[in-house]
Amino acid sequence: MAAIFTGAPPNSGPGYSFTQTPAPTSASEPRQHAFYPYTDNGGSTLGISSSNFTILAGDTRSTSGYNINTRYAPKLFHIDSADPSSRLVLSVVGFAADGEALAERLDTVVKMYRYQHGKTISVGAAAQRLSHVLYGKRFFPYYVHAILGGLDEEGKGALYSYDPVGSYEREQCRAAGAAASLIMPFLDNQVNYKNQYVAGSGVGHELQQRDPRPLERKEVEELVRDAFTSAVERHIEVGDGLQMMVITKEGVEEVYRELKKD
Amino acid sequence: MNHLPQAWGRPRDDIYGAYNHSHLAPGQPTTHTKSPIVTGTSVIALKFRDGVVIAADNLASYGSLARFTDVKRLRKFNDKAVLGFGGDVSDMQYLDRHLNALAVRENYSSGSGAGEKASSTSAEASEEERAESLDNEGAGTGMAANNLHKYLQKLLYRRRSDFNPLWNHILIAGLSTPDPKVPDATPQPFLKSVDLLGTAFGAPSLATGFGAHLAQPILRRVVPDEEAVKKIDEKTAVEAVRECMKVLWYRDARSLDRYSLAIVTGEGVRLSEDERVEGQSWEFAEGIRGYGTQVV
Repeated sequence: MAAIFTGAPPNSGPGYSFTQTPAPTSASEPRQHAFYPYTDNGGSTLGISSSNFTILAGDTRSTSGYNINTRYAPKLFHIDSADPSSRLVLSVVGFAADGEALAERLDTVVKMYRYQHGKTISVGAAAQRLSHVLYGKRFFPYYVHAILGGLDEEGKGALYSYDPVGSYEREQCRAAGAAASLIMPFLDNQVNYKNQYVAGSGVGHELQQRDPRPLERKEVEELVRDAFTSAVERHIEVGDGLQMMVITKEGVEEVYRELKKD
Repeated sequence: MNHLPQAWGRPRDDIYGAYNHSHLAPGQPTTHTKSPIVTGTSVIALKFRDGVVIAADNLASYGSLARFTDVKRLRKFNDKAVLGFGGDVSDMQYLDRHLNALAVRENYSSGSGAGEKASSTSAEASEEERAESLDNEGAGTGMAANNLHKYLQKLLYRRRSDFNPLWNHILIAGLSTPDPKVPDATPQPFLKSVDLLGTAFGAPSLATGFGAHLAQPILRRVVPDEEAVKKIDEKTAVEAVRECMKVLWYRDARSLDRYSLAIVTGEGVRLSEDERVEGQSWEFAEGIRGYGTQVV
């Protein structure tokens, strides 16, 4: 619409003749692109790793603005699920179309690795490859915050978090997406025991930080549920359902729970 | 006409503005659709026990002008899938041609004696009949609604990544291929959408455009979740959709009281393109206060 009518008549100009009208005779002004190729589909994800398992979780609401697109749009993807020894799960939050494209890219990459090398890719290798996949689109990024979960060679829980252009880091826990700022401090306190001190250890510099320990699966599942029920209360883009994937040496187990739908 | 012959026959600058040479400048970056021109408004759809019902009105607007009042925005792909287009109408027509070619290719490659049938078709058979026979050939083996949805999602995502979007929001309604992991699985009702950015999602009920605000809340009362889908029958679903078309006609200024409605079930597609909004009552308008012409 605008394209047609923006060539507004020069009301104050000399008019009538195109030779006398001050007109852009060359392609001087760059014409602006009104098309913006990204959108934010809301939602939140988190991952926690422990001594022998990793849990990834994400809500299943998809939004555009104040609208709810659907109450069930998974953000967690089991990578190369055709391989029974696959222990990789990718969670993506941000622009959903990019998220799905990224999950499919990683899925083919991991499959190709298996076909070419005859073995399942390690999490470390998959994590670095994912970083390269993201960095490869450095100048037109996948607009997502990705978290990759799995088990490392020692069988310990592994968790890698990414920014949209591929910076990555192995961590114990990470929250991403719309409610990341609500969930992450909670995780810092409850997983890494930040700002928790040994009772009676003194004051000031004497104060002793409580040592983090590997958490039990039950504890982590409860933390995840608490984190999301709280986020649902305070963030409008989070809700509807909670999808959890628990990665153990036995396999990848998917758990679904309802969240508030308001 | 003025005293300058070189201006004759050219669009008048005082009316149309000076010619913007950047539109035809060589060596410039190629530019694409920046905004839709002729547009269709809402498409709404709803899943029920054994299928899906989908509807869209027959209007193509030019801004606020109701420009074309007999545009069919629902398109049957085969016996298992119907598409509903919101957004730019020319992009819809482009996709329509593209999908026609795809359907023909699919019907040739998906076997089930498509070739035999085609050769036995008499030379006098009309183009329409031939198209019809192609449609039916695909019923057994061709692309189901989920396949078509994936195809369109890839297409639209690719186009947005090329900065040349197809300015549509499309609903794909129909039946999916049965789950290969479940023995004796039957085709399930399928409803998903894809938009100009390639964002794709499915739900028991979907609505594009204004319908997302006006119709979706009504439809969600009918089918809040997948469990509810299994409980409602075709009649309830169609009634709900018709009610929504009425609400849209009352409240969406870019809508029309003539619409198309399609029902996809295991028996095939029933598409009607000359539905009307029945049982209108504008009495509620009397009571509206606080905006428009009634300010007190």
